[in-house]
Amino acid sequence: MSAISSRRKPPRVGDQPLFRRALIGIVLILVALIIVAPLVVIGVEAFSKGWAVYRDTILHPDTRHAIMLTVLAALIAVPINTAFGVAAAWSITKFDFWGKRFLLVVIEIPFSVSPIVAGVAYLFVYGLQGLFGEMLDAWDIKILFAIPGVILASMFVTAPFVARELIPLMQAQGRDLEEAATSLGASGWRTFFSVTLPNVKWALLYGVVLCNARVMGEFGAVSVVSGNIRGQTNTLPLHIELLYHDYQAAGAFASASILALIAVFTIIAKVALEKQGAGRVQPAANSAENAS
Amino acid sequence: MKIRLDHVIKTFETFRAVKDVSLEIESGELVALLGPSGSGKTTILRMVAGLEYSDSGSIHFDTQDATDIPVRDRGVGFVFQHYALFPHMTVAENIAFGMKVSKVKREKAAIEARVTELLRLVRLEGLGDRFPAQISGGQRQRVALARALAVDPKVLLLDEPFGALDANVRRDLRRWLREIHSELGITTIFVTHDQEEALDLADRVVILKDGQIVQQGTPEEVCRDPKSAFVMKFLGDANVIAAEVRDGKAYASGAAIAVSGLPDGKAELYARPADLDWALQGPGIPASITRVLDRPDGRRVLATAETGEHLELDVEPERSVKAGDGGFVTLRRAKVFAV
Amino acid sequence: MRRNILPGLRLSLGVTLFYVGLIVVLPIVALILKAASLGPEDYWRIVSSARALASYRVTVLAALGATVFNLFFGLALAWVLVRYRFPGWRLVDAMVDLPFALPTAVAGISLTALFSANGWFGSVLGNLGITVAYTPLGIMIAMCFTSLPFIVRTVQPVLEDLDPALEEAAQSLGGSDWAIFRKVILPLLTPALLAGVSLSFARCLGEFGAIIFIAGNKPMSTEITALLIFIRLEEYDYPAAAAIASVLLLTAFVMLGVTNWLQARALRYTVKG
Repeated sequence: MSAISSRRKPPRVGDQPLFRRALIGIVLILVALIIVAPLVVIGVEAFSKGWAVYRDTILHPDTRHAIMLTVLAALIAVPINTAFGVAAAWSITKFDFWGKRFLLVVIEIPFSVSPIVAGVAYLFVYGLQGLFGEMLDAWDIKILFAIPGVILASMFVTAPFVARELIPLMQAQGRDLEEAATSLGASGWRTFFSVTLPNVKWALLYGVVLCNARVMGEFGAVSVVSGNIRGQTNTLPLHIELLYHDYQAAGAFASASILALIAVFTIIAKVALEKQGAGRVQPAANSAENAS
Repeated sequence: MKIRLDHVIKTFETFRAVKDVSLEIESGELVALLGPSGSGKTTILRMVAGLEYSDSGSIHFDTQDATDIPVRDRGVGFVFQHYALFPHMTVAENIAFGMKVSKVKREKAAIEARVTELLRLVRLEGLGDRFPAQISGGQRQRVALARALAVDPKVLLLDEPFGALDANVRRDLRRWLREIHSELGITTIFVTHDQEEALDLADRVVILKDGQIVQQGTPEEVCRDPKSAFVMKFLGDANVIAAEVRDGKAYASGAAIAVSGLPDGKAELYARPADLDWALQGPGIPASITRVLDRPDGRRVLATAETGEHLELDVEPERSVKAGDGGFVTLRRAKVFAV
Repeated sequence: MRRNILPGLRLSLGVTLFYVGLIVVLPIVALILKAASLGPEDYWRIVSSARALASYRVTVLAALGATVFNLFFGLALAWVLVRYRFPGWRLVDAMVDLPFALPTAVAGISLTALFSANGWFGSVLGNLGITVAYTPLGIMIAMCFTSLPFIVRTVQPVLEDLDPALEEAAQSLGGSDWAIFRKVILPLLTPALLAGVSLSFARCLGEFGAIIFIAGNKPMSTEITALLIFIRLEEYDYPAAAAIASVLLLTAFVMLGVTNWLQARALRYTVKG
């Protein structure tokens, strides 16, 4: 007869202690080298020339202008993309229409297109050589190499963010609640705000947070359409590049530290929202129960 | 293969799922572990399989202590409640899996021949190339059984084998499992919460409640002689009538029945609907009929006793009774348990 | 088709189509028109110039290298996060998203600082005779960083939802850990792995910000295709920029198609027949 033992579980695949420890060890080392080190080095480099240089960089008018422009781009692009995401999710999940699958594919296109390609594409719409170039020039409207271009390019690269979070969730939730609300006489807006929105608010916020992070950090597309005019069309990422190539590494890292901080806050917000169930459509309740 | 559990205990987090269970299963026996959900029956089955380890106590296969043998070396065939078929493998590949991964190397042709033989045994000839998503629930059930049998297990364990199936399919498969068992003679334990299934299929029924065995025996023994009110109620419909024991007899408002071995005092009288009858004259429990339910094999009478107790009794199809009739409920037989 | 009971189809679909048309479709069409206006001969000459070919080569090879590395590392990371609990696993789980959250330009300068000759890693590797910064290896490392979360985040939920009974069944049939991993777990993860691999590869092909700082950007050796487009723009050679950009765009579309096809193939067993 075997001795009394503590609560043991039979080993699952990969539970041998040696294998397990080795795998955890390797993975943690790689995470430290590939993910943590780049984050740490930003802080170290930002303060490498001392606190004064850091403060001067952050308070420099060009940096402040870059911060303002980045915030402005986010303030415009994020709400518009959010409205689009909600409209797209509502039309796609609450109705059946021809070409729906195709529309879904088109919405996701910005994810698979290089930001440089996106920037170039905008050039051929609003640039002098582009479709509307001459027309815009005749009316003296500047889109490219100006703030509107920066915002449009940011909108392209982040277009799918909110829609992508809402569509699977609203698909899983079905139409019953909205149909019930409508049959009880609620208007469309009322139905949306009192029935749909409360059920998807965390997913919506999740999409907004990710969208915002990407708008603030976008580099490739924006660098094509901005014209890189210091103090005018430079967003924070572009400003970093400028400083870096001016051999002001400490300044570049000081500016980068702001974006790194935003990234860290984004991750914290993401974790908090995932605790609320956002970020992942809950799979159908698992019917397998063990102890009967 | 004989199986013996000695004082087995299993706790999950703070919930004690199995409390000191000892059980012996003879070689070649077909045993049902029967109980409501939470009674620990699946946990016991999983411990026999090696899918859970007991906190204390031991499990022996014949004379070998199997308590610490991991599942892959225990030589048991396990049929999961939801079958756990590998969805990316065809039916034939599912059945062949155990032979392919076995330490004993087999010829490819031998594996194929065995798969064909098993497909015939479970009556799925011609379905070997289908994927599990492409066959019915009952067919999946049989694939799961064939897969478990393919490795020539010493013990066959089935967790709620028919739980997910329609009533008709269930009845067919039950008969068929019984046939396979008599053909192969393999020691078999299955878990069920359905008393009819347990009684139909098993040589012996082990009834569990709250992690403990409350009674075990052949279907005849547990049906004819339930040792507790719980077993009586769990095995089928039962009327509960308040009674009083005096001098070896139990009295329940007008009816009386002889009992033995019970002290004088309050008791409860348990009677199946067929144990009761309807009469226009006493002695019996004065009652009036509230409803009559007609069924193919008889009539069920719902009656309310003068004491307010609701009673159900079965009478033969020819009997003329109707709602509103007054009369007496008489006792053919009953079980009396002290309160 | 069922009757639409809910209101708002016109408004929501109108907004959606207008926005998608203006923001996504219009620029892409404009790019394609511009590239098409070149004529086949000019187009071919530009996209098959030696410098363009060299850029495809270094981009694709580095992307392949980065994706293969991330395939193994991403799978290992997903496995560790799902199957093992150790102090700090929540932190590691959260950190996986850093490459998505950190702007690419920031990643670019910080990787360059790490791997340059006097950086933390660069100096150590330099002693071993390995140069990372300003070589194709640097490009690969930048790609690894930015595309790492794709495979982890596509595999992780599938691994979490894998029915434990499948593993138990395989164990009860006598399978060794390795056999169960290879024959049961890995095939069930394959669709997710494919999706992650193609997302990761597509991202690597298009990556710009993280790479240009560390790559050195020498024509014919460490100049990626995205950068070549950018250089053509700065030279005001718009037709060339359009042509090369159209190659990247086409690759992205082909990747999308291949991904869908591979996933459908990998999941064909779930089709009821």
